[in-house]
Amino acid sequence: MIVLETKNINKHFHNPIDFHVLKDITLSIDQGEFVSIMGKSGCGKSTLLYILSTMDTDYTGELHLAGKIVSGRPQQELAVIRNEHIGFVFQFHYLLPEFSVIDNVMLPARKLGKKSYKEIKQDAYDKLELLGIKEQADKKASMLSGGQKQRVSIARALINDPAIIMGDEPTGNLDSKNSENVFNIFKDLSSQQNLSLLIVTHDQDFANKTDRIIEMEDGKIIV
Amino acid sequence: MTNYKVIFDITRTHLQTRLKQTSVAALGVTFGIGTFIIMMGFMTGLNGLLDGLVLNRTPHIHIYNEIKPTDDQPIELDEAFAGNFNIIHNVKPKESLVRIHNALPLIAELQKDKRVKGVTSQAIARVFYVAGSIQLNGIVNGIDVMDEIKLFNFGDYIVEGSGESLLKRTNGILLGAGIAKKMSLDLGDKINVSSVNGGVFPLKIVGIYQSGLAEVDNTQSFVNVKTAQQLLGEGSNYISDINVKLNNMDLAPEMAKELTKSFDLTATDIQTANAQFETGTSIRNLITYAVSITLLIVAGFGIYNILNMLIYEKMNDIAILKATGFSGSDVKKIFISQAVIIGFIGGMLGLILGFVGSVIIDHTPFNTEALPTIKTYPINFNPLFYIVGITFAMISTFLAGYLPARKAEKIDPVEIIRGQ
Repeated sequence: MIVLETKNINKHFHNPIDFHVLKDITLSIDQGEFVSIMGKSGCGKSTLLYILSTMDTDYTGELHLAGKIVSGRPQQELAVIRNEHIGFVFQFHYLLPEFSVIDNVMLPARKLGKKSYKEIKQDAYDKLELLGIKEQADKKASMLSGGQKQRVSIARALINDPAIIMGDEPTGNLDSKNSENVFNIFKDLSSQQNLSLLIVTHDQDFANKTDRIIEMEDGKIIV
Repeated sequence: MTNYKVIFDITRTHLQTRLKQTSVAALGVTFGIGTFIIMMGFMTGLNGLLDGLVLNRTPHIHIYNEIKPTDDQPIELDEAFAGNFNIIHNVKPKESLVRIHNALPLIAELQKDKRVKGVTSQAIARVFYVAGSIQLNGIVNGIDVMDEIKLFNFGDYIVEGSGESLLKRTNGILLGAGIAKKMSLDLGDKINVSSVNGGVFPLKIVGIYQSGLAEVDNTQSFVNVKTAQQLLGEGSNYISDINVKLNNMDLAPEMAKELTKSFDLTATDIQTANAQFETGTSIRNLITYAVSITLLIVAGFGIYNILNMLIYEKMNDIAILKATGFSGSDVKKIFISQAVIIGFIGGMLGLILGFVGSVIIDHTPFNTEALPTIKTYPINFNPLFYIVGITFAMISTFLAGYLPARKAEKIDPVEIIRGQ
């Protein structure tokens, strides 16, 4: 089953001069597939990821997510789609520093509002346990180490059981041991929970271990 | 789809972790509202005092016979001259009685009227206060003292003795403070009053009257209405003035017109007699409002500033909230609710500050020769000021929060995340 699909996505940067950053991007990702996007800096891979994540709407072409067309929908609706179907992991962890670890993980589910506070809390504990950081649950997010923060943000990405997890260099800021750790977590999620993953990375070793590598150059997919 | 509980939790956490900034912003509102309450209470209290000085003592409708030329001169009534353009030189006022014709039935009629709260009648006599060879001009008002106390707060202006003692002594007098001072007289002394007809009446001073208006205190005294009638050598139906107090003061002009027409008397309403007081009051209120609102606007700018800074500080949080599915309007709500909470807490504290400040001023001694009944500064504890205060606090903080919050709503998360 196809989770995410694009047809002829084109994007221009208009400032300072017109620049055709993405050219006719057509790709699809199956359920349970672990895909990495590689390419040199400036090839447009991050730009593509933010279009796929629905946060960037300034493009032409079609984007389908979980069988529904997403392109052209209003911001309010896109926020709901992101909330329910997409999990994010960023390079710089991006937790809310004043909140506790458990609160950070719970936030997207509380926004979704499909479960009671108690159920959400239980889910959050389960996700943290899955990632081996249950003991840190009541600490403030700002008190954790980098590797721990990244695991918390993975737990947060998982909280609404999304269709796909997207990562923008999630291991780019971690040492090799923690990178290894994060990769193994992703791998397990993909193989055991049949979750789709789309990860932008610079790390060749990381990419080589994924199911498929999408290589980009000058705004085009070459492999 | 908004989950307000989550929004509120985020709001609360933001405010709690920035307690110092939050407090400063709230204190700005507190001082703004507090000062507004104190200023309004003090200014309107003072206004009320100054107006009361005259208005309390002024009847809503004053009925009397005015000396004036008749409106319809005889020539106008003669059919032989109808249609002509008649010019009369040297018009003289019509000779008429000072007393009100058929006063007692008129009073009875007025008392039956539903609009009327009460009626008092007076017999006014021009007299001389005699002290040895000196004679002082003056006016003696014959009054029913209990009615005057009930309707026109007469009791407030008796600084020594009491109004009621007039009832016990038919030859008692409540002497104007200015006259008492000039003639070195005090409570219990006797004073001779000579009427215009030449009779001299010894009266006993049972009280001193002080209105605070020197002009009045130097001439006016009060006696029982019977005593005044004797001074004038008139019978018990001699009434020169009728004062009417209405339940609703605003009806006075209309009713005065009605009385003038149906009884052929002069009836003056309070609005016409004291127009300048209304003007003074409204201008003072205007100034008070202008100053208070300026204070609140300054407090509003404080909140605007602090929220603006908070949003710059919170760019990352805003981006992450948006990335994880919070919509722009959720983010806007987070920041607006912060502003409104600051406004509400600051405003409530402001109401308390204003109330405490007002109570303190209300208990501060304030003695002045001109206002004998006032012992402390006057304060108006009108609940309306408190309602206006909190409403304005909420509206201004909402606006101060709305602009930065709208900026937060429009922040593009991609720019922030990629900018790292």
